[in-house]
Amino acid sequence: MTTITASDSWFKRTTRSIHIPPVFIFLVVTFLVSGLLDQFYSDGQIFSNPAIMMNIIVRSVALGIVAVGQTLVILGASIDLSVAFTISITAVMSSYIMKGETANVPVALLAVFAIGAIIGLTNGLVITKLKVSPFIATLGVSLIVKGIINATFSNYTGSVPKSFEYFGYGTIGSIPVSIIIMLLVFLAGWFLLARTKFGAHLYGVGGNSEVARLSGVRTDRVLIGAHIICSMTAVLAGIFLVSQMRSGAPWVGPNGLYDLNSIATVVIGGTALSGGKGGVWGTLAGVLIFGILDTTFNQLGVNPYLKMVLRGAIIVLAVASYTIRSKKEAA
Amino acid sequence: MATTTYTPPGGVSNTLHNAWVGIKKIPPVFPVFFLIFIVLGFLNPVKYQSMNGIMTFLRTAAPLAVLAVGQMFVLASGGFDLTVGAIVTFVVLVSSKLLANDPANAFPAIMMMLGAGVLIGLVNGLVVSYLKVPSFITTLGMMLLVRGAALYYVGGAPQGYLTDNWRAFGRNYFENVPVFERVPYALLVMIGVAILSYILFNRTNYGKQILAIGDNVRASQLSGVRVRLVRVLTFIFCALMAIIGGIMIGGYGGVNVTIGEGLEMQSIAACVVGGVLLGGGKGSVPNVIFGAFTLQAIVNLLNMLGLPKPYTDVVQGLIIIGAVAYVGLSSQKKR
Repeated sequence: MTTITASDSWFKRTTRSIHIPPVFIFLVVTFLVSGLLDQFYSDGQIFSNPAIMMNIIVRSVALGIVAVGQTLVILGASIDLSVAFTISITAVMSSYIMKGETANVPVALLAVFAIGAIIGLTNGLVITKLKVSPFIATLGVSLIVKGIINATFSNYTGSVPKSFEYFGYGTIGSIPVSIIIMLLVFLAGWFLLARTKFGAHLYGVGGNSEVARLSGVRTDRVLIGAHIICSMTAVLAGIFLVSQMRSGAPWVGPNGLYDLNSIATVVIGGTALSGGKGGVWGTLAGVLIFGILDTTFNQLGVNPYLKMVLRGAIIVLAVASYTIRSKKEAA
Repeated sequence: MATTTYTPPGGVSNTLHNAWVGIKKIPPVFPVFFLIFIVLGFLNPVKYQSMNGIMTFLRTAAPLAVLAVGQMFVLASGGFDLTVGAIVTFVVLVSSKLLANDPANAFPAIMMMLGAGVLIGLVNGLVVSYLKVPSFITTLGMMLLVRGAALYYVGGAPQGYLTDNWRAFGRNYFENVPVFERVPYALLVMIGVAILSYILFNRTNYGKQILAIGDNVRASQLSGVRVRLVRVLTFIFCALMAIIGGIMIGGYGGVNVTIGEGLEMQSIAACVVGGVLLGGGKGSVPNVIFGAFTLQAIVNLLNMLGLPKPYTDVVQGLIIIGAVAYVGLSSQKKR
């Protein structure tokens, strides 16, 4: 893709040869600017306190886990708007089934992963077999799941046992378990995309579905698989959230805007919405950018509504930094 | 139609066949809507078989129809507009402060809102056209920005109430109208919007160019369509419709911080039920208006059947999937 010519500057040659996606530069800039602002206008914790760095990452765990799944479906030129309510149903169902008893944990986990698999399978089947555009298919499924939870639960339901809070609060050495799990999910996503046949096929389907089909890829199966994995990551994120909150409530997913935020982080991470281009590491950077911004806004005591405005502007500008050089018209 | 059709002599079967061909051309949204409305009429004759009841229904359904028409322009050009719901919230919240409880401020407030609509649409359009950010992301960011700005301006809670003359567009009726008994302002606004957008979409170059862009950007560019200009105009049109819809919704529902939530998806759903394809290249003003009516009729039907509100979501989800699946599968058969 990118050719390296002698006339380019040393910096350009080096960065191109090691393929740093622009989002990592954006990440470093965000970190430095945030740290400096914090230094001047607040107590300078971002640069001096390692605990706050850890906190930034812990805040990003739920979003990070879903974003891996979202990366997969977007790479396949699909999209998943149902992750927010999948998170909600997971949080509510798991704490409802656990009822604070450690003995109920395996059943609860089995149940929520089964629910996740069904949601993902439905998404995939509706998209591939009924030929419904992914946006509408997953929006529809999301409405259905939303209706089902809101009809059944209206507030905090059940609770998780003390032992289960290990996922949300436990540490191994000085590193929180949640961070390790998130990194494992990213590694798994990377492995799936870069080292397996499924990953190669997924890139093919996202790049040009017809070409992939004609070269013998079972495009429908690949897309259904990606959707099932995506729903599974949403379930995992839901489990993490409920272990932190100790009890599940139906508004966990939509209040965190996990559907739109995960899509935004994936696109900021350099994965094309049209599919076939990108990967999970960019998404990780995107998620961390969101985490740093959140923490900085809190440090500086930015008004919560102004925070929303800034977030919106930053999403657009971050994506614009890639797309502005594109020669194709956007739609 | 100028086309001459060959009609073989006589034969009942032929007439029937021709009638069938004609019937098949009717978009499914019309029979579906009338079917639901007839069911409503059977279940509650007092409410849905009287002119008064029909007018009340149209008053409730009109705002979504206006939002959906705006959304359709953007969808037909191949984009998305997720700012619609945030704009409705913006209109209601910011107006509640601008009005300062004084009816004399209604006109300037509405003008300022329309100005804000042009500005929001302009930003959406420019970012998509010149920064080449996909409209999904652009309008997602703008959704946060617009909602955040509105909440910031009013400090997180509504300031004052909406004056009665501001609310008239969504709430009031012309009384004692012959035949129709009473006509809601909202219906007249919607009819105005419908006629204007029908002309824009079907009778002007601009409308044809929207469809051309939605169908194939490159081809339309090469044939001289000013893609960027058309896109910017389309986003401005959609934002203006969202402002008008917002004034009607605020009039009907009053001040509420969450008033616009989810309307972007509902307007897209109304378009989809009206046969619009995501990805562009297809659209029709009357079908989309009836798509919005159908969604509203379904909500009313479920309410009447006594189903709790959450089930409305389930049924709406099934309906929009069904609508798209129907279009997708029937167009596949033809190929």
